[in-house]
Amino acid sequence: MTTRNTKVMNRFDVTSRLIAKLKHEEAVVGGIGNTNFDLWAAGHRPQNFYMLGSMGLAFPIALGVALAQPDRRVFALEGDGSLLMQLGALSTIAALKPKNLIMIVMDNGIYQITGAQPTPAAGVADLVAIALGSGLANSAWAADEEDFERLVDEAMLADEPSLIALRIDDKPGVGTTRRDPVQIRERFMHGLGVREPL
Amino acid sequence: MAIAEQQPPAGQAAADRSWHSIVLQTLKRNEVSLIPYVPDRVLTPLIKNLHADPFFTTFATAREEEAVGIVSGAWMGGRRGAVLMQTSGFATLANVLASLAVPYQIPLIMFVSERGTLGEFNYGQSLVCRTMRPVLDSLALEHHTITRLDELEFIADRSIKQAVTTQAPVALILNPLLTGGKVFDK
Repeated sequence: MTTRNTKVMNRFDVTSRLIAKLKHEEAVVGGIGNTNFDLWAAGHRPQNFYMLGSMGLAFPIALGVALAQPDRRVFALEGDGSLLMQLGALSTIAALKPKNLIMIVMDNGIYQITGAQPTPAAGVADLVAIALGSGLANSAWAADEEDFERLVDEAMLADEPSLIALRIDDKPGVGTTRRDPVQIRERFMHGLGVREPL
Repeated sequence: MAIAEQQPPAGQAAADRSWHSIVLQTLKRNEVSLIPYVPDRVLTPLIKNLHADPFFTTFATAREEEAVGIVSGAWMGGRRGAVLMQTSGFATLANVLASLAVPYQIPLIMFVSERGTLGEFNYGQSLVCRTMRPVLDSLALEHHTITRLDELEFIADRSIKQAVTTQAPVALILNPLLTGGKVFDK
């Protein structure tokens, strides 16, 4: 498994392609920073959750949603730097095997939002190999946009957790998430059918 | 024997009066069913009994903040959870408390087995324990230290109900006076 032959894609473009496929009120948890901004820019949905901190917890938060609502597909969008901060979560997810959880890793090798410093793993670590080694057998690099869409389609039918990694460019996020945590959380719970609006 | 469990009085059913049985029953009564944890010697009987009870989904996580993320997501999805940890694990949580549980108003329920006091033998544990209450206080976060078996059910049950209804985190600190703590062996 190598990143060598994968195309460098654009985060907003692939996020938009993902959102266009969601027809069943699937939940989407966006990691902090640009991953989140592009999720917002791709079109707000009540089933989107936007993190404003707690770097590295997009997959654990999505795991919690997936365990609470096993009949709903749950996506999580995470950056490579954030994932490095919480690699143990991959093993936890592999052990629990939630079949409705789909993890997407946006890898540009840099901490883009803090000034584009390279991550300590840039150029040496293969995140899909790490995921496979963590026990997530259904993990793959997307070769290009069409391959990404194919992998998403497969993941939506899979009976085990899936991880899809993409190499992306260093373009900044297109939008900016609103920064009201309670409003974000309350809208998300409405979107998941847990709460009714007042 | 590292765990000095409190023994029930003769004639009483041991399973009903132990601290860990009371915690388990209180969780169950309040429909708290998702229990991620990072292990602790003193919590071992509680963790073992949670695993044995199909009402609960009990599993280990690699880090405490991961467990906080999981129960936060679960609560937003309509399922209640609680995190089990020891004091050294709590010390890793300042960021996730201040950036997720508190600002998003999530009723995060934490049970913290207290190391670092009443006979602690590891200097690092005693120092890290002293960071816990200042962190909780600095975030104005509800916390109770439970030392007595006869107060455990009241404090745990009311604290869980308060956390849920006020949408605020709570830390329940299980003191060695309650659990027996960990005694020096190795």
